Parts: sequence; C-alpha cells; structure tokens
Amino acid sequence: MSRNKPVKYSALGLFKRGLSGKEWPRVWRDVELKKTYDVVIIGAGVHGLSTAYYLAKNHGVKNVAVVDRAYVGGGGSGRNTAILRSNYLTPEGVRFYDRSVDLYRHLAADLNFNVMFAPRGHLTLAHNDGALRTMRWRAEVNKVQGIDSEVIGPEEIKKLVPYMDVSDETRYPILGALYHPPGGIIRHDAVNWGYARAADAMGVEIHQKTEVLGINTAGGKVTGVRTNRGDVSAPIVINCTAGWATLIADMAGVKLPIITHPLQAAVTEPVQMFLSSVVVSGSLHVYVSQTDRGELVFGASTDPYAAYSMRSSLEFTEELAGHVLELMPSISKMRVLRQWSGLCDITPDFSPIMGFTEVEGFLVDVGWGTYGFKAGPASGEAMAQLAATNKTPEIISAFDLARFEEGRLASERGAAAVGH
Amino acid sequence: MILIPCPNCGPRNSSEFTYEGENKERPNAATATKAQWRNYLYLKNNPLGWTTETWYHSSGCKKFLVAERHTMTNEIRSTKALGHQGGAS
Repeated sequence: MSRNKPVKYSALGLFKRGLSGKEWPRVWRDVELKKTYDVVIIGAGVHGLSTAYYLAKNHGVKNVAVVDRAYVGGGGSGRNTAILRSNYLTPEGVRFYDRSVDLYRHLAADLNFNVMFAPRGHLTLAHNDGALRTMRWRAEVNKVQGIDSEVIGPEEIKKLVPYMDVSDETRYPILGALYHPPGGIIRHDAVNWGYARAADAMGVEIHQKTEVLGINTAGGKVTGVRTNRGDVSAPIVINCTAGWATLIADMAGVKLPIITHPLQAAVTEPVQMFLSSVVVSGSLHVYVSQTDRGELVFGASTDPYAAYSMRSSLEFTEELAGHVLELMPSISKMRVLRQWSGLCDITPDFSPIMGFTEVEGFLVDVGWGTYGFKAGPASGEAMAQLAATNKTPEIISAFDLARFEEGRLASERGAAAVGH
Repeated sequence: MILIPCPNCGPRNSSEFTYEGENKERPNAATATKAQWRNYLYLKNNPLGWTTETWYHSSGCKKFLVAERHTMTNEIRSTKALGHQGGAS
C-alpha cells in the first residue's frame, strides 16, 4: 500500500515556504478506487474521517476507503456552528461528550494541523423557572462526572458578556445561566481537513465525488457497496451520512428511527472582538458565538418539518435577528453576510445511534441531530474500536440501535440543542 | 416559507401550522405486538421525495389536513381535510 508523506507543518516551514515561493503539495492523495477494502466508510465528514483515522492509528487497519457523494466536509461537518461542550444531561452523554472535548483539546498536536480550538466558555441562558431547574440538574450531573459546570446569576453573566441585556425590562428576562468554562469553538473545516490529511498519511483512501448507489448483502451479511465508480467489496461498511442516513440504511434493508430536519445558520460581517463566550438560549431558539475572524455565527433550532431541502429562508433570518436583538440590542446595526442550511438526523430521544445493525458488518454512526460535530473525535475513536474488535466499547453502549426495541431510551431532549 | 393550501382557509404560511409528521397506520391496540408498536412509534420512512403527512392549522381553522409534499423541493401537490379527529401521525 502506498504511503503518503505529507509535509510537516510548522512555523519555520511556513516561513521557509514563504521565502522560496514554492507551491504547497496536495494535502491528501487522489487515487483510483480499488475493488476491495477491509472497511468502507460512507460519508467524508468528521465522523467518517475520524473513524478512518482511529482505525489506522489505534488498530492498524489501513486498507480503508472513505467515500463521499460530494466533497470532504460538505455536509453537516462544514455547516455546523462549531461549538464544543460536554454539559449534557445523562451520565452516559456527559462521559461521551467529555471524551470528545478531551480529544479535541489535543487534536492540533495529534494531527499536526491547526484546528483553532478556543475554549472560551459556554453559557446556556435560562429565561424561566423550568429552564433554570434543568440547568441545576445538568450542573449536578456534570459535577458528579468531574465536568466544570455551574449555575450563575445575571450579575455574573453581565461580567462575562457585557453587551448582554440582563435587565428585567425584556420580554424574556434572563434568570441565570449554566456556565461551562471548558466549552468553546473550533474551526470545523480545519478539523475535517486535518483528519483527512492525517488518515491519508497512514494509507486511508479518501474518494470524493463517489456516490454509493447500493449496498450488497448476502445471507444477512454485508459484502460491499455499489458506487458510481464501480463495485467495491468490503466485509465492513460504516454509515456516517447524518441527514442522508436513512436513505443509505434503506439500501441495506435496515430501518432507522430517524427523521431528517434542516437547520439554518447565519453569519454577520466581521467586527472587533467583543463576545468571548458562546451564548445559547433555549427559549429564544438561538446560539451565538464570535469567530476568531470577528464574525458572529448564529444558529437556530431545526426547521419544524422533515425535509432534505437546504434552502435558506427569510423568515428564519427575521426571527433569528429578533431573538438575538432581545439578548444584545446593541448589535442592531450589524449586517448578515450569508446564511445556509444543513441536514440533521433527529432520533426520538435526541441521542445518537452507534453500533451494529441486524445486517452483519453494516455498522451505523448516525442520528447525530444537532450535536454531531462536537462528538466527532469520540465517536470516531469508539466506532473504530467497534469495527476493529467487533465489540461495542463501553462508552457508547447506551447508544445502540436495539435500545428503541428494548425501551432503554437515552433522553437528551433537555440538553441536546435548543427549542425542542 | 412553504405556502400550505388549507382546504378551509386557502393558502397560508406554514408558520401558522403545526407539523404532525408522516402518516402512518395506527396498529390495533387489542392485537398489536411490541414490534408493531415500536415500528409505529419510532420508525418513519423519511423519504427523499413525495410524502403524505398531517398538518394541524393551529393558528387558523384548528383543523387537521393531509398534504402530499416533496421533501426536497417542498412543493405541495395536494391537500385534503382530515375532519375533526386528525392526529394520524
């Protein structure tokens, strides 16, 4: 198997290249699709790429193809609002997402790629007693798991975010917030590219513009996939396709309890840094953070009906602007630069589905809804272990597909996102 | 914004409606097995294409309607009233 030797990135290397004016080499290879692999991963987003990376790095499984209908990070992995946190509601959820934040913290060094992780702190606002009660619950669950998380009052919020209107003059006065200092933001494209580059360097093949048209099975076992570039045989096929997850699973005859909803987001023109924390408001259906470039990134709740359409709407921008101005009236003159939409694969309990299906060798890493990006490294690590050892790692054992049949739902409805 | 042609009120913005979801036949409570209930509760077709679904005109006539909608283009090709019972999802 050919190995790709990527250039080692460093400040000195950058300086030298700048002086010599030499072109940078391709970051990952573009190779012919082979006829057979040990593992085929469908979906070149953060989940697919991190699974491939950890398969090669931790388990020595390098004959792996990551195939994607479009391009690396073109789905949810490049459309999310890049927020990281681990202050979930169930102990299983908290442990899992904390592992992810932990991996993210060291990712730049692991991948030799600057992923621009900024642990600036994360605030979830409570505008009513019910929300405040859930915050206290979450804070206690978090503390038991060793996660830095506490409920703070309006004065402390004002200190962290001076531009926030914490008065009781507003329509939905702020009663308090769940403050999670290790939370923050990261550059999502860099994470995708970093994983792709590092996986490729170990021999993993990334095939963009390679659409899976069918999944071949024989005797209840998966045997490979049919693509627009020909048939590929593999004993293990992993579905990491988020919003399109049910379409792929249908090809293998596996039904998933998932509904696809679009989620819209928007970004403003860049301004000087004034907002250090990530601010989330469930009641107002909005989350805001400021990127290193100075743009404000806004996300909302999912659109209220199932759809695969990724069109943006004016009603979304209007509603979003109203909600953001309720929190921070002083930014009313800022202009929205662009808006976009991504697809979320929502499960009934707002927890993901990872693991085996009734078709042997057909594994799923889906149902990520609105919280998939922050889970990327931990799910990749766990799915790689599962695929390599054929055993479910303890950290994801609560998130199997069988839980829906057996009535063991892992309800994260209260902490997964906003506006559910 | 999707414009939903309500059989009672005419074309209205989708924000006036509550989305009830894909239509599904409810199993007979007397005879249904666990697997049938699970199927009814959790599994949807989630198709990319035409789907038949129920909407409730919560800020309008307060009646349920069944619509045929394309999940990629959001085009609605037919709607019909569901009567007072509704809640087919």
